[in-house]
Amino acid sequence: MRLPAPNALVGGTLIGFLAIVASVSALWTPYDPLRLSFRAKLAAPSAMHWLGTDEFGRDVLSRLMAGAATSVWISLLTVALAVSLGTVIGLFSGYVRGWVDRTIMAFNDALLAFPGILLALGLLAVVGANKYGIILALGIAYAPSVARIVRGTVLSLREREFISASRVMGNSEAFTMLRHILPNCIAPLTVLATSMFGWVLLAESSLSFLGLGVPPPAPTWGNMLAGSRPYIGQAVWLGIFPGLCISLTLLGINLLGDALRDKLDPRMRGAR
Amino acid sequence: MTSTKPLLEVDGLTLRVGASGRTVVNNVSFCVSPGEIVGIVGESGSGKTLAARAVMGFIPPAVRLISGSIRFDGEEVTTMAPKRLRAIRGARVGMVFQEPMTSLNPSMLIGRQLEEGLALHRKLDAAGRRELILDMLRRVGIRDPEGAFNAYPHQYSGGMRQRIMLASVMLLKPALLLADEPTTALDAVVQRDVMELMVDLTKENGTAVLLISHDLGMVARYCSRIVVMCQGDVVEHGNSEDILARPQHPYTRKLLAAMPHREPAREVPEAGTPLVAVKDLVVDYGGRQGFFRKEQPKRALHGISLSVKPGEVVSVVGGSGSGKTTLGHAIAGLIKPSEGAILFNGKPIDKSETAYWDYRLNCQMVFQDPYSSLDPRMTIGELVGEPLRLVKGMGAAEKKARLAEVLGEVGLGDGFAERYPHELSGGQRQRVAIARAIIRRPSFVIADEPVSALDVTVRAQVLELFAELQKKHGFSCLFISHDLGVVEQVSDRVIVMQDGRIVEEGTRDQIFDAPQHDYTRKLLSAVPGLESMADGGVRLFWRLGEPA
Repeated sequence: MRLPAPNALVGGTLIGFLAIVASVSALWTPYDPLRLSFRAKLAAPSAMHWLGTDEFGRDVLSRLMAGAATSVWISLLTVALAVSLGTVIGLFSGYVRGWVDRTIMAFNDALLAFPGILLALGLLAVVGANKYGIILALGIAYAPSVARIVRGTVLSLREREFISASRVMGNSEAFTMLRHILPNCIAPLTVLATSMFGWVLLAESSLSFLGLGVPPPAPTWGNMLAGSRPYIGQAVWLGIFPGLCISLTLLGINLLGDALRDKLDPRMRGAR
Repeated sequence: MTSTKPLLEVDGLTLRVGASGRTVVNNVSFCVSPGEIVGIVGESGSGKTLAARAVMGFIPPAVRLISGSIRFDGEEVTTMAPKRLRAIRGARVGMVFQEPMTSLNPSMLIGRQLEEGLALHRKLDAAGRRELILDMLRRVGIRDPEGAFNAYPHQYSGGMRQRIMLASVMLLKPALLLADEPTTALDAVVQRDVMELMVDLTKENGTAVLLISHDLGMVARYCSRIVVMCQGDVVEHGNSEDILARPQHPYTRKLLAAMPHREPAREVPEAGTPLVAVKDLVVDYGGRQGFFRKEQPKRALHGISLSVKPGEVVSVVGGSGSGKTTLGHAIAGLIKPSEGAILFNGKPIDKSETAYWDYRLNCQMVFQDPYSSLDPRMTIGELVGEPLRLVKGMGAAEKKARLAEVLGEVGLGDGFAERYPHELSGGQRQRVAIARAIIRRPSFVIADEPVSALDVTVRAQVLELFAELQKKHGFSCLFISHDLGVVEQVSDRVIVMQDGRIVEEGTRDQIFDAPQHDYTRKLLSAVPGLESMADGGVRLFWRLGEPA
C-alpha cells in the first residue's frame, strides 16, 4: 500500500493525538483541573506539575487536557454551523441571482462589515454566555464570509459549459446545483473551513477574555491564554503552553485540510 | 532579396524541460533573411512557440537551452548579456502575441503604452513621440488617432486592439517581427485585414517576419518559406509552393489532408414537416437592472426563422457578434427567447409539458470548449451516462450496455470510463462531449463551434467521427461555426448571419459558389479555398477571383 501524503500523515498524527488526549481527559487527568491549591500557586514546571501551575495553583497540564475537549468541540461545531449555513445561503443566492441575490448579499455584506467578534458579542447578549450560545453566535458571525465565497464560486461555475450541458440534458435546477455545482465548491470550502477553525479558536479566547466565553472556572485554551496575561513576567509557561496547543492544532487542521482537498479532487489524484 | 547574409540564423537549437528531461525542441535550424516572411507551422506541442521565443531569450524558467546557436544580425543571442538583450528586444525585434484582449495593459492609456517603447529606445521629446504615434495609429487604420491616444484598450474590439498592438511594435521599426498566432483569436474577415496590414507595414519598413501559426493555409498565403514542426522536430522546410504542392514528409501530408475540404453534396430526403422549426425568434439581453440604474436591453436576435429537416446538417456562420451562439443557446433552451416559437415535429414546445419533454430528450448539444464542458469531478463513464438518468423505462443493465456501446462508437473503449477529464487530451474530451450528446439517441444535435478549440489533425478526426455518427444515427444537426472551411465540409445547407439577422440562406453549393449578399462575399473572400491534388498536395485558390 502506498504511504499517505506527508501532509496527511503529520496533520493526522497531530489531530489524532489531540483527539486521544481530549477523550482521556474525560476519564482521567493528572490532577483535578478545578482544584485550587494556594501553596503551589504559579509553580514552575517540575516533576510534580509537568507544565507548572496557574495563579490559583491549578495544574496547567490537567487544565489543558480538559480544555482541549471544550475548545476543539466548540471550534468544530462552530465551523460546521458556519459552513453549512453559509453554503446554503451562498448556493441559493448565487443560483437564483436577480433581486433575491442582491437582497441577500446586501444583508450579508452588512454583516461582513461588522467585526465578527462584535456581532458575536451582540448575539451572545441575546442567547446567553454558555457553550452552545458561543457556538451559535460565532457560527452566525462567520457564516457571511462562507456565503460570499460559495456565491462567488457558484457564479463562476454557472458560466462553465458543463452547467449548460446539464441543463440541456434536462436535469432540474436543483439536481444541477447539487450534482455539479456543490461538489466543485468543495476545494475553496475546505481551505476556508480549516483557516476558519483557527479564527474560531482565537475568537473563543477573545470572548473568554471579555468575560463572555465559557464561564470560569471551566478551562478552555482561550480563557487560559487570556488569563495568563497578567503573569507573563513571572510565569511565562501559563501563556506558552495553551498557545502552543492552539498553534499545533491549527497546523494539524491545516495540513489535514490540504490533504483532504487533494484527496477530494480527482485532478490531484495520481499527480504525486 | 539581396544576397546579404541572413538576419536571423537558428542552428541546431535544442531545448529541454529541466525537470523531466523531455526534449521540447530538437535540433531545430532555420534562418530568416532581411525583409522575408517565414512561417513556422505546427500543432500544439510542436515546439514552434518555444523555438521562436528562444530567439529573444523568452523561454520559461523550467526550459533549458541544451545546445545550438541563435545569431541575430551576426550577434550570438544565447550568450548575450541581459542588458544587451533588453536593448535588442523591442528596438530590433518586435513581438505580436495571440491574445489581443490581454496583450495590452487594460489600465493604461493607449498613447502612454505606445510611448513606452519609444521613450526607452529612441531619443525623442514628448512632442516628437506623439507625432510618430499619431502617424502610426493613422497608418494602422484607427479612425480617430487623437481620440485613441487618450483611450483605454477596452474601448476597442479585438481586431482594433491587434492593430494597436501592431502599431506599438512597428513604431520602433524593428528588423525582425515575431508574430505568434497573431490572428487566431480573430474573425476570418478581421484576420485577413490584420494580416494584410502586417504584411504592408513590414514591407514598407523592410522588416523580416517570423510568423508562427497552426494554420497552414494562412501561413502559405503570406510566407515565402515554411518550416513545419512536429513534436520538437523540423520535419520539413522549404518554399511555400513546394510544401503545399509537393509535400515530402508524411506529417506534412497529414496536415494538408486534415485541412477541411468539400465533398460532393449529399442527398437529403425531402420531408413534409421539418424536425425543428424556429419562427421569428427574438432574444433581448436584458440590460443590467440594478437598484439605481436601468440599462436598455440589447437585442441579440432580430426575428430569426429557420428550419432543419430530419437528417439534415444546417450550418450557421457569421463573425463574432453575429448572434450565432445566442441562436444556438436559444434553440437549446438555455436562453428564454423574448418572442417567437420553436416547433419540434410541428408542435410548439412551450405549449405543453409533453411537447417540451419530447424536445428536451431529443435535443442535445456539443459545446465549444472541451475543457469547460465536462464536470472535472466526474469520471468519463459518469459523464457520458448521466443523460440516461432521465430516460424512463430503461434498466440498469441496458444503460450499462448503451454506455459501453456509445463509448466504443466514439473510440474511447477500454478503460476510459474510469478516467477523469483532466487525464484526456482536447480531442478525447470532445469525443466524450459527443458521446454524452448522442447517448440518448437524440434526433437533433446542436454543435456550437465543436472543433474550433482543437488542433488541425484532431479536428479532422473529430469531424470525421461526427459525420460518421450522423450518418449512422441519422440525427439532424445545427452546426454553428465561424470556420468556413469546416462549414464547407460538413453542411448540407448554410445560413449566414450578421448582427443578429439572417442575411443569406441556401444549399452549401449555392452559398459557396454563388453568394448573393455582400457580407457572404466578404466572408468568402477572406479565406482561400483548398483544392486537393493527386499526389497529396493542395492548391490554394480564391473563391471569388484574385483580390485586388
